[in-house]
Amino acid sequence: MERIPILKMGEFLLVTIQVDMHDRLALALQDDLTQRIVDTSARGVLIDISALDVVDSFIGRTLGNIAAMSRILDAETVVVGMRPAVAITLVELGLPLHGVRTALDVEKGMGLLRKAVAGRRPGDGYRAQ
Amino acid sequence: MSKLPDVLKRREAGILTEWLRELKQSAGLRGLPPNLEETCRAFLVQLAQASRNGNLTDIGKPEWNEMRHLLEELSVSRARQGDTPSETAGFVFSLKQPLFAAIRDEAKNIEEMAGETWMASRLLDSLGLYTTEVHQKGREDIIQRQQAEMMELSTPVVRLWEGILALPLIGTLDSERTQTVMESLLEKIVETGAAIAIIDITGVPTVDTLVAQHLLKTVAAARLMGADCIISGIRPQIAQTIVHLGVGLGDVITKASMADAFSLALKRSGYSLIRHQPENA
Repeated sequence: MERIPILKMGEFLLVTIQVDMHDRLALALQDDLTQRIVDTSARGVLIDISALDVVDSFIGRTLGNIAAMSRILDAETVVVGMRPAVAITLVELGLPLHGVRTALDVEKGMGLLRKAVAGRRPGDGYRAQ
Repeated sequence: MSKLPDVLKRREAGILTEWLRELKQSAGLRGLPPNLEETCRAFLVQLAQASRNGNLTDIGKPEWNEMRHLLEELSVSRARQGDTPSETAGFVFSLKQPLFAAIRDEAKNIEEMAGETWMASRLLDSLGLYTTEVHQKGREDIIQRQQAEMMELSTPVVRLWEGILALPLIGTLDSERTQTVMESLLEKIVETGAAIAIIDITGVPTVDTLVAQHLLKTVAAARLMGADCIISGIRPQIAQTIVHLGVGLGDVITKASMADAFSLALKRSGYSLIRHQPENA
């Protein structure tokens, strides 16, 4: 079964979705990513969805879930590179992904992630937002 | 078989004279349109030609093509001169009297006269109504074009500064416009890499629950792309309506004026404004 690669960059994990997401793939990513966060004790996760041009409510919800799970595991999550059509679809579906950080591209996302992680005191752990 | 073509052929000159007199009598203050006589003659010629094919009921048939074309031209040129649709249709209807008189003179018996008159009347009715239809269609085309133009005009996205966009909204926000506005804003965000977008609603006449919902949708979509939105240009009455209606704008940043929003956007992007000289120096 195909899997979405999760790359480790220092204390961050980088996920680039380059294929069409289907439900099982999204669930596999959710499993893999949470596992990797625990294994590497990553401080931040960056999910690049710039190649994703179709989303449905399930994928949208899974993205939100992944972000919430990462936060519980003490890793900030930034979703970057969302296409206009995808953003409109998610809003129309009633999934504005509250509580997920977003940025325009990977570079800006990385900056946001660094700032977010630097702003936290070490061992601060999960805070309800 | 109708005798209308024969009647038209034999009595053409008489009908034309009568018809012109009729038109002159009923002419309003504007007087008669130019080249009235040629128009009338062309109309009679077409009527005779088309009715020769035997079909006097359905003017949608190909043999009436030229007649329809003539009426379209007539309707358009009359509308341009400021005639109302009923005046244009009246032009066709005024042919009834001379035509019926000619039919009466030519008819052999009363049954034939009644039948022919009824046929001619129906025919002229549908021709007259056709001019009205053309008039209406012309109006609709104009309205549609203007709507499309307004749609284009009213969704400019302006780049105010490095990474700061402004979206001055003018007019009421319905679902269709929200879609266009949202699309052009998001496209521009991708294009310029902007981090902050100012949505200015000075030109939005009223904000009800629906408009507020559309605004929030736009803000949410921009946020998903990684850009923050500031809503500016909220007039006092609008602020009052928003509160009275209980419309929650959520945690969107709102500012009274575009200037305030811009200065906040600059601050957030790390710029600061310094005036080097006093104003009256």
